[in-house]
Amino acid sequence: MSEATIVLEIQRYRPESETEPVWERFEVPLRREWMVLDALNYVKERLDGTLSYRWACRMGVCGSCGMTVDGEPVLTCAQRLAGLGAGSTIRVEALRGFPVIRDLVVDIRDFLKKLKRVKPWLVREEERPLESGEHLQTPAQLADYKQYSMCINCLLCYSACPIYRLEPDFVGPAAIALAQRYNLDSRDQGADARMEELSRHEGIWACTFVGECTTVCPKGVDPAGAIQRYKLAAAADWFQSVLLPWTKREKSERRVEAAR
Amino acid sequence: MSGEAVERARWYRRRMPIFWWLGKRSYVGFIARELTSLAVAYATVLVLVEVALLDRGAEAHRRFVALLGRPPVVAWHALLLAVLLFHTLTWLNLAPKAMVVRLGARRVPNGAILAAHYLGWIAASALVLGLLARS
Repeated sequence: MSEATIVLEIQRYRPESETEPVWERFEVPLRREWMVLDALNYVKERLDGTLSYRWACRMGVCGSCGMTVDGEPVLTCAQRLAGLGAGSTIRVEALRGFPVIRDLVVDIRDFLKKLKRVKPWLVREEERPLESGEHLQTPAQLADYKQYSMCINCLLCYSACPIYRLEPDFVGPAAIALAQRYNLDSRDQGADARMEELSRHEGIWACTFVGECTTVCPKGVDPAGAIQRYKLAAAADWFQSVLLPWTKREKSERRVEAAR
Repeated sequence: MSGEAVERARWYRRRMPIFWWLGKRSYVGFIARELTSLAVAYATVLVLVEVALLDRGAEAHRRFVALLGRPPVVAWHALLLAVLLFHTLTWLNLAPKAMVVRLGARRVPNGAILAAHYLGWIAASALVLGLLARS
């Protein structure tokens, strides 16, 4: 008996010969244990070696195999074929919202630039000497930021966010969630510096709370919630600077002193 | 143009269609929530107009109230009330996402934040209805 198959429609884009993407159909085996990524690997190995796409870990950790499958941004290594009937068709295209370099490969440099601007690392006003020991943290303090630390930079949230696609200057969900990850860390002292970057219009205020970033996140991070919480913090910060300007000045002077 | 710039110029950039939001139910819900904020603006202007007319005297205000009582206006405002309710409910339901409230070391659950918002809304509505009943 011949093996059941499905049709994989893949959006191809070869800039040397095409001005816009075209759909190509490939017949691949329907194996219950396969993910969409396995089907793509089958195409690459057996049917068309020129197909270009990114992948690495195959277990939802590296975040590199994000693509649009049947209109939804997903990690292809976590999207099962099981449940499809023989002869079904699935459509795979590059992550929407990013320039397509070739086939399913997109350019993510815009995100990397924005991520760097929000300082996604522990910022200290003054480093403690090693001999003073580790920075201790309670389980409750860890719980404050842990969900945001699960972000794997897969960019599904950017692809699902219509605001990022309409306003390319928008810093975007993952970068803001990661800024919040460090803001909420009891060891970090960089919240003010990040606030300067994120309280601009292209930062948190461009977000109109569509909420799809949270829906599509494969790691259960809630970027939409992070952005709304950030808005409240930014509003409180503004009120503080208007009503109690001397407290803001003292804080800023301490930071400048520490930076010397 | 540098070699990289030439390469980048060849990358494909998909245009966002004007009706992008029709493709998904959640996007339609979002656009509906945003558009219904126009009803909030309308209701606010209506109240401001009424206050301004009060300043012009009892006759001007009486004419305005009579206009509001005409059947087409009542029907229009009934429709608007439904739209306002939709906006209010969808807006209030988002509140727990934006707020993290702590009581001591414990985080207040989302359900309690939501309930507090609904109770506040009901209390404010009851206050307005009470004032209307007295007038």
